[in-house]
Amino acid sequence: MARLNLILLAVAVACALSAVAANHRARKLFVELEREQTRMRQLDVEWGQLQLEQSTWANPARIEKIAREKLQMKTPAPGGLFALEPLPRP
Amino acid sequence: MKFSQSPILSQAVPAWRSRLVLLVLLAAFMILVGRSLYLQGFRNDFLKGKGEARYERVLEVSATRGRIADRHGDVLAISTPVKSIWAIPEDARLQPAQIRELAQLLEMNVAELSRKLASDKDFVFIKRQIPPDLAERVAALKLPGIHQQLEYRRYYPAGDLTAHILGFTGVEDAGQEGVELAFNDRLAGKPGSRRVIRDRRGNVVEDVESIREPQDGQDITLALDDKIQYLAYSMLKQAIERHRAKAGGVVVLDAKTGEVLALVNLPTYNPNNRERLIGAQLRNRALTDTFEPGSTMKPFTIALGLEQGKYRYDTPIQTAPGRLTVGNATIHDAHVHGVLTVAQVIQKSSNVGSAKIALSMPAESMWDTFDNLGFGTPLRLGFPGEVGGRLRPWKKWQPIEQATMAYGHGISVTLIQLARAYMVFARDGDLIPLSLTKVDAPPVGGKSVFSAQTAREVRAMLELVVLPGGTAPKAQVAGYRVAGKTGTAHKIEGGGYANKYVASFVGFAPVSDPRLVIAVMVDEPSAGIYYGGDVAAPAFSQVMAGALRTLGVPQDAPLQPISATATPDVKEEM
Repeated sequence: MARLNLILLAVAVACALSAVAANHRARKLFVELEREQTRMRQLDVEWGQLQLEQSTWANPARIEKIAREKLQMKTPAPGGLFALEPLPRP
Repeated sequence: MKFSQSPILSQAVPAWRSRLVLLVLLAAFMILVGRSLYLQGFRNDFLKGKGEARYERVLEVSATRGRIADRHGDVLAISTPVKSIWAIPEDARLQPAQIRELAQLLEMNVAELSRKLASDKDFVFIKRQIPPDLAERVAALKLPGIHQQLEYRRYYPAGDLTAHILGFTGVEDAGQEGVELAFNDRLAGKPGSRRVIRDRRGNVVEDVESIREPQDGQDITLALDDKIQYLAYSMLKQAIERHRAKAGGVVVLDAKTGEVLALVNLPTYNPNNRERLIGAQLRNRALTDTFEPGSTMKPFTIALGLEQGKYRYDTPIQTAPGRLTVGNATIHDAHVHGVLTVAQVIQKSSNVGSAKIALSMPAESMWDTFDNLGFGTPLRLGFPGEVGGRLRPWKKWQPIEQATMAYGHGISVTLIQLARAYMVFARDGDLIPLSLTKVDAPPVGGKSVFSAQTAREVRAMLELVVLPGGTAPKAQVAGYRVAGKTGTAHKIEGGGYANKYVASFVGFAPVSDPRLVIAVMVDEPSAGIYYGGDVAAPAFSQVMAGALRTLGVPQDAPLQPISATATPDVKEEM
C-alpha cells in the first residue's frame, strides 16, 4: 500500500512539474507571438510609408520635370509618331 | 495568597455559565463558517472579478483607415501613425533646463511651451502629430506630466493634383470632403479591444479574450488614372494661364465602363497643408457649380429631332436672315448662313437652326429627353454639395425658353453631367451610371435614350465640328478620329447676361469605337479670346491625345501632321 502511495505521489509531482513547465512555455511562446505581431504592425506601417515615398517619387509632375530638364526629352511632333500594328494572326 | 487557595474558587459556580461560554464560542465559529461559505459560495464571482482586476487589463487595439489607390495601385491617400504630445500642467513641474530641452526637441518656442505648461487647464496639447521617432526621444526624457497619444495622420502624395476628387479628413480621421467623405463608411476602421494579463513589468503574458476584433478600414481602388489626371491637370492649368481665366474643370470618362478616369478643378489646394484655404480653392466645380452650357446642348436637340423622325441629317433648314423672333425676343446668329442641312447646323453651330428644330417639337418630349440624359437631377456620386442644375418643368416653359434651351441657355448643368450625357453619342444611345471606383466588368444594359441609329448619325455630325469648316479644328488628335462640340456661353450676372464667358468643349474619341469622353470648361477667359473652339478645344485635344496613348487605344486614322486649316475660322454663335 505504502509503495503504491509513493508511486502515486511521484506521478502527482511529475504532473505538477510538467504543468508548470507547460504553462511557462506557453507564456514564452505568447510573448514571442506578441513580439512578432508588434513587428508585423511596424512592418505594415513601414510598408505604408514606403508606398507613400514611392508615390511621392513617382509623382508625374516630378517625372515630367526630370524628363524635360535633366534628360532633355520632349514630346514627338505629330509627324514623328509611328504606330506599330500587331500582325494579323495567321 | 496562592491562587489555589483563593476563596473564590471554593464558590460553587452555576453549571449554565460554562455552557453559555461554550455556546457563545460555538456561535462565533458558526458565524465564521457562514461568512466563509457566503464569500466562497455566493459572492464568488464578485471577488474573483476583483482579483482579476489586479492583473487583467483591457487594451485598446487601434485600427487604421483604409488606403485610397488609383486604378494602377499607386497610393493616393494613406494614414501613418503619428504621436501627439500632451501634458497635465499641474503634474508637469519642469526645471527651466528641461523645458529648454523639450522645446528644442519639438522645435518650439521656449516661451510658448512655458505658457502652455503654466495654463490652469487639466489637459493641454503641446504638439500634435509628430513623427514616431521624435516621440520616442521625447519619451526618453522621462519628464513628469508629459504624455503621448497615438494618432493617425493622412498623407496625400499627389498633393493638389487629386485634391478635389479625394477630399480630406479632419483631425479625428473622419472624411470631410470628396471620396474621403463619400466612402467614409468603408474607409473608416473600427478600433477593437482585448483583455490580457500583464505581469509586474507591464508585459502582456496571456491573452484572456478578444472583446472586439479591430477592423481595419477597407482599401479603395478608384477608377482614377493618375497619368491621365496629371495630364488633365497640367493642360487645364496651361489653358487657364494662357487665357487668364478665373477657373476651369476637366472630366475624363471611360465610355465603355462609366468610370471617372480624371476629374480636375482649378484653382486647387494642397490637401497636406490646409492652412489659409479659401472657398474658391475648395470648390469642386465640376460637380457643384452649374453653368449655362451653351452650344454643347445642341446635339441633344438635334438627336431628338432625328429620333422623332421629323428630320434627317440632310434636311434643309432656312437660317437666313440670321435671326428668329419668338414672342417678343429675338435669337441671333452672328453670321448669316442661309440654308443649312441639319448636320451643318451642328457643324456651324447655328442658334437659329437649333431653335427652329426645337420649336417644331412638343415641349414635353424635349423635357423628357433632357431628364433622361440626367439634367436637373444630381448624379448622387456621394460627394458633398452635388447639384442637379436647373431644368424647369415643361408645363411652365415659354416658347422662347424652349427655343433658347435648344442651344443651351435657360438651362444649367454641371460639367460632369454634361460629360455623362455625351456618353449617349459615344455609346450608341444608352446611358450608364458613373463610377468613382474601379469597375471590373462593364455594366450591361444602360438606360436607352436614343436609338443606335440616331446616336451614330449625331456622332458623324459631331465629327464634322473638328474638321476644317467646323468650329473646333483645334480639337483634332493626330492618329485618331475625334468628335465633339464647342460651347461659348455668356455668363449670367445679376439677372442679365454679362460680357463674361464660359468656354467649353465636350467630345469623344476614337469615333470608330469611342473609348473616352472628355469635357473641358474654362470659366471667364479674359485674354481676348473666349471661343470654346480656341480656349477649350486645344486643351481637350492635348488631354485626349495623351490619354489615348496612355491607354493604348488602337489608332483609327492615318497619322499625318494636323492640316493647318486653310479655310477661314468658323465661329460659333452665341
